[in-house]
Amino acid sequence: MRFSCEELKEMYGTMVLIREFELSTIEVFAQRMRAGDFPGALHSSEGQEAIAVGVMSRLRPDDYVFSTYRGHGHAIAKGIPLERVTAEVHGRATGASRGFGGSMHLFWKPLNFMGGNGIVGGGLPLALGTAYAAVKRGTDQVTAVFFGDGAASQGAFHESLNMAALKRWPVVYVCENNLYAATTHVSGNCPLEDIADRAAAYGIPGVTADGNDLLAVADAAGAAVARARAGQGPTLIEFKTYRHRAHCMVIPEHRPNQERTAWRERDPIQRLAAMLLSEGLADQAQLDEIRRRARERLEQALEFMRQSPLPQPADIEEVLYAP
Amino acid sequence: MLPETVAPRKLTPIKAMNEALAEEMRRDEDVVLFGEDIGAYGGVWALSKGLQKEFGPLRVFDTPLSEGAIVGTCTGAAMAGLRPVIEIMYVDFTTCAMDPLMNQAAKIRFMSGGAFCLPMTILAPCGAGTSEAAQHSQSLEAWFLSAPGFKVVMPSTVYDCKGLLKTAIRDNNPVLYLWHKALYDLEEEVPPGEWTIPLGQAAVRREGRDVTVVAYSLMAHRALEAAERLRGEISVEVIDPRTLRPFDLDTILASLGKTGRLLVVHESPTCCGAGAEIVRQVTDRGFDLLKQAPKVLGGRDLPIPFAKSLENAVVPQVVDIVAALRALISGGRVDG
Ligand SMILES: Cc1ncc(C[n+]2csc(CCOP(=O)(O)OP(=O)(O)O)c2C)c(N)n1
Ligand SMILES: [Mg+2]
Repeated sequence: MRFSCEELKEMYGTMVLIREFELSTIEVFAQRMRAGDFPGALHSSEGQEAIAVGVMSRLRPDDYVFSTYRGHGHAIAKGIPLERVTAEVHGRATGASRGFGGSMHLFWKPLNFMGGNGIVGGGLPLALGTAYAAVKRGTDQVTAVFFGDGAASQGAFHESLNMAALKRWPVVYVCENNLYAATTHVSGNCPLEDIADRAAAYGIPGVTADGNDLLAVADAAGAAVARARAGQGPTLIEFKTYRHRAHCMVIPEHRPNQERTAWRERDPIQRLAAMLLSEGLADQAQLDEIRRRARERLEQALEFMRQSPLPQPADIEEVLYAP
Repeated sequence: MLPETVAPRKLTPIKAMNEALAEEMRRDEDVVLFGEDIGAYGGVWALSKGLQKEFGPLRVFDTPLSEGAIVGTCTGAAMAGLRPVIEIMYVDFTTCAMDPLMNQAAKIRFMSGGAFCLPMTILAPCGAGTSEAAQHSQSLEAWFLSAPGFKVVMPSTVYDCKGLLKTAIRDNNPVLYLWHKALYDLEEEVPPGEWTIPLGQAAVRREGRDVTVVAYSLMAHRALEAAERLRGEISVEVIDPRTLRPFDLDTILASLGKTGRLLVVHESPTCCGAGAEIVRQVTDRGFDLLKQAPKVLGGRDLPIPFAKSLENAVVPQVVDIVAALRALISGGRVDG
């Protein structure tokens, strides 16, 4: 399916918004760290925005999504109100998880955003459950689960693929292969060239696609979602990508400069911008205006966060068990 | 002759739990059941006999041999609003699903600030006494007690097996329901029809004046037998907490108001066991009720060995409880 010009510009806007969000979050965290505070772990998805936006473009609001600790982009692209994401990441009572989860545990039930996860691969088995629930109820909801190249070494990955394949449950496995798991190159995690080849072991389609090309992402995701929705079972998609930043704020950059520069040149936002310009779908002034609006949105969200109270421990016990 | 519907009948724990499952599945379309070999075969313990036939393969189904996937499916399905029940063939095998259990199921409600609720029940047999050695004989309740977010149910009677399972299924939180393998052949008379038992309500199994024994699961039976052997010598009150979280401390404190002496008995290892926690809670809130130091008779801090003679040496036997009670009353040492 091709996107309309308006849709493309909107997706461009969401990618820019995610980028601006990641930049601002790092900035706020860095300030707090300079002030002697440790505001928590922060994993930037800068550079991987096309995957979040491209996959979500093929999902419905009622489709289930399991995210990771590198999940700000997934949350924003799924449509969690930016104010709530911002407030959660900065630990406010108005946050998506009321300050109980933070950056790694963004949840948003109204859109079936089933949470980030601090455990590498932790979402993979959970995705089976929402997929089964859809089958049991006879809805055609799909479950998408995001994970990294490192996570594909977990037993949970293999257990999940095996069971979903066996039951033909509607799961779309979205592997964001950004070449590194913390400091370990993917060649230290996987003996294969392509993680997607592991799909063969479970008799399901495994595809690789350029994760920095929004349209390639949307195409691959679209096919997998359609397959799942039609009751034909799961697909493993491996998106080749790269994170612009180090693994998290406290692990120093260790990747070769040359490699980083090469991937900067394949930046998904710049590539989409270039495409929009060369195809005459937008001019530079429009793109600048999109970025200005994204910054404005973000500033509103930050202001909402600053005005929000800190979560209070008074009712902390009540949250643990449901009545 | 009484009409059949009101006649008491004899059931085993398995039959009682099977009834509970069937009734809850009839009552609520969202209740589903899955696990290894539980479908057409009816489960290695026969817990799910007839259920796939009645409710169909969409609600009762076999899974691959994959505990992580089973617990993961259960957790995700609960997040999506179903009310799944799973069987883990032995509680020992939950170790293969520790991430979905400890990091996911127990914490998702909390991490989401209360947005999600996880109505799910994990059924697993536990306990020693069946000569199945170290990897098929554990109880592990202490592990799950150490993870806030779980409820932990450990029934000892047939009546409780049914009533507590029905309540566990209706509960909106993850419940570990651990039934004891050594009670497999127990037959008890139960009333006809349906009943539920609230979680967090202890049962006074025997009244007494001299000492309170708190014992759950298989050990509740052994404590009662020990109390009977001591009849005329020591008057023993036996309390079965039935659920360890929530935990009914009040019933125990009321009993201690009368006896002033406490012995907690369980078969899982003594170190960091439920007994240590029960004693802590009692001393926090009921220290003044105690005439002497409370004691724990737990399993020895060893894995469960195979040979019956060795197995019996690791898990408290009736004679051990009798000896512990005599020692307690005479102010002597209780060897855990
Ligand atoms: C089970 C587990 N092991 C280790 C970690 C520590 N850790 C957090 S992220 C990470 C690397 C994961 O790499 P990958 O799956 O490729 O995802 P990416 O960070 O690249 O997005 C590690 C080792 C963890 N959080 N959970
Ligand atoms: Mg990676």
